[in-house]
Amino acid sequence: MRTKTVTFRHNWLPYALIAPQIVITLIFFIWPASQALYQSVLREDAFGLKTEFIGMANFARLFADSDYINSFITTISFSAMVAGFSMGIALVMAIMADRVIRRAMLYRTLLIWPYAVAPAVAGVLWWFLFNPTIGIVAYALDALGYDWNHYVDGGDAMTLIVVASVWRQVSYNFLFFLAGLQAIPRSLTEAAAIDGAGPFKRFVTIQLPLLSPTVFFLIVVNVVYSFFETFGVVHATTSGGPGQATNILVYKVWRDAFEGLNLGASAAQSVILMVLVIALTAIQFRYIERKVEY
Amino acid sequence: MQRRQTLTAMTGALALLGSAATAQTEIQFWHALGGALGEKVDEIAGDFNEMQDDYTVVPTYKGTYTENMTAAIAAFRAGEQPHVVQVFEVGTATMMAAEGAIRRVQGVMEQADIDWNNDAYLPAVKSYYTTTDGDMLSLPFNSSTPVLWYNRDLLNDAGVEDVPETWDEMFAAADALQANGHDCAFSFGWQSWVMIENYLAWHDQPIGTQQNGFAGLDTEFMFDQSEDLSNLLQRIADSQADGTFQYGGRRGDSLPLFTNGECAMWMNSSAYYAGISEQADFEFGQAMLPLNTDGAEAPQNSIIGGATLWVLEGHDEGDYDGVAAFFNYLSSPEVQADWHQSTGYVPITTAAYELSQEQGFYEENPGTDTAIKQLSLNEPTENSRGLRFGNFVQIRDIINQELEDLWAGNQSAETALDAAAARGNALLRDFEAANN
Repeated sequence: MRTKTVTFRHNWLPYALIAPQIVITLIFFIWPASQALYQSVLREDAFGLKTEFIGMANFARLFADSDYINSFITTISFSAMVAGFSMGIALVMAIMADRVIRRAMLYRTLLIWPYAVAPAVAGVLWWFLFNPTIGIVAYALDALGYDWNHYVDGGDAMTLIVVASVWRQVSYNFLFFLAGLQAIPRSLTEAAAIDGAGPFKRFVTIQLPLLSPTVFFLIVVNVVYSFFETFGVVHATTSGGPGQATNILVYKVWRDAFEGLNLGASAAQSVILMVLVIALTAIQFRYIERKVEY
Repeated sequence: MQRRQTLTAMTGALALLGSAATAQTEIQFWHALGGALGEKVDEIAGDFNEMQDDYTVVPTYKGTYTENMTAAIAAFRAGEQPHVVQVFEVGTATMMAAEGAIRRVQGVMEQADIDWNNDAYLPAVKSYYTTTDGDMLSLPFNSSTPVLWYNRDLLNDAGVEDVPETWDEMFAAADALQANGHDCAFSFGWQSWVMIENYLAWHDQPIGTQQNGFAGLDTEFMFDQSEDLSNLLQRIADSQADGTFQYGGRRGDSLPLFTNGECAMWMNSSAYYAGISEQADFEFGQAMLPLNTDGAEAPQNSIIGGATLWVLEGHDEGDYDGVAAFFNYLSSPEVQADWHQSTGYVPITTAAYELSQEQGFYEENPGTDTAIKQLSLNEPTENSRGLRFGNFVQIRDIINQELEDLWAGNQSAETALDAAAARGNALLRDFEAANN
């Protein structure tokens, strides 16, 4: 690993340069985060008229609550599916796009489009397609003999939000995979081809190992995406139901606070989520960025 | 967290805009009625503003009921609250527990020397929003009640002449429909409100202890103890096998099932009148909710849904005279009758009901008085005057979850009701602890 050292002529200059970033972090992260920490140890009525310090009781109740544990499990399986499918599909597409020479720009642009669609809008689009009464996909599935109803069937509902979330995230992953593939020197794959390695062999032994930094980076990004940004999809389609089949953590946080007005319990949940993100980021920096060569 | 800060900033900006506009005393009024209903609210406020020169009522649409309530509470915490906020019926317990944040409507009217009589309101409406000692807390504005919507064409085709009045007749109608090749007989929306809260009131059975929560915060749910309710829900869940019942989602999501002609009957709010008239291309009507003869011999009365207007503390004393004047105008028979006839909400005062009768509205639109007849069928009892449970927005969610697991066949009706009551009770204890 190389280290770069830059020397500034004035002592204050580096501080002045990072000041805007610090201010933004303070206002938009540190302040709300500390508010969440503070709220998580309180029990308060909705209007904030009666406040009581209750220590870790909010947290203790969460971990004793089987619904919360269920929500955790749901979130983990949901994010595994979203990360797995969106990265798998994106990788296949990137490999194919990497080989295309004519109209490459056109394909790439089209594949990137879904990323520009807001999660809530993506959710509503898929919700219409899959609506058991008026949806065209549900109609087609019915013709194939499958009775689609995400209002009743938890599996159907989970499929719906996974499809909507994956569809959007494939574009993002595709961009990174394609850039990663194109950064691999042609000479390596060409040399292997001359030695008689087929496309699959070349991919497994040359491209995939060289792509590993991208893969690890995307795993972290995709897990964070499925943990947090998918709120819009869930809110616009299933509202966490049926039962609690799609009640992912971030949705539960929002619902407890903004529908239930139960601020203490909700703040405790967001503190737990915050710890999770910090852990994910730490893993990314400590292990992945160091071990993987760029 | 972040969102609350944004809300605060937005409400601040709004207050600035408002105060710059005019020298008259402004009355900020936040509501949750969008679309055609919102336009009607603007019209009413506009008429009031033209009628007198002292006050200007500024109605602002703030999103759904939940969003509107959350926004008002966030604004209160930031000291930027509106004078009047519309809150749906399940938020009643939260609002009334917030002493120091709310001002009783009764007090507002008395202070402004306005002649005010609780008895002008329909008993079922009044009883929901008064304290046990008879003080009215908030002003009833838009109230509705669940009714049985039916597709006359489908019933005719199947030879069902009389609209079912009991659940046995509902299932008999389902058999007739199926003999005629039509699968789905019925569906419903807002299932906690329609199938549990109203079912129990209709059959004069308690939803919870302490007079459904009216008499104290130490209330506990009892809806899991009604055997006839549990049996009925199980029967409905089982009837999915031959397609008799089809679940179509929470809130009003199942409306297309009815308007597309997929299900012949639908139980939900009478306030869907406008929506159904617009979308249905068949002859439809509304009838009273079916009776379960195992649960009661005759129906009691149904309970209301909808919203009331709450007055928030923290403004100049003079402003509250303006609030009182506006409320007085809102409650007048002419305004109420017009509101009822154009929206499908119930006329909440007896005078407005009588005025609508005189105007011949019910003869021209048969069935539109089903809701009010249902609400005033009998003098409300402790079981049927309404309910007042804290954290009830979340508890309704829990009921939704447990019932959905019942419809999916993952658990029996008895397990579903037991689980919902147990989880709900935990939230009631939370609310009790936070408000004692």
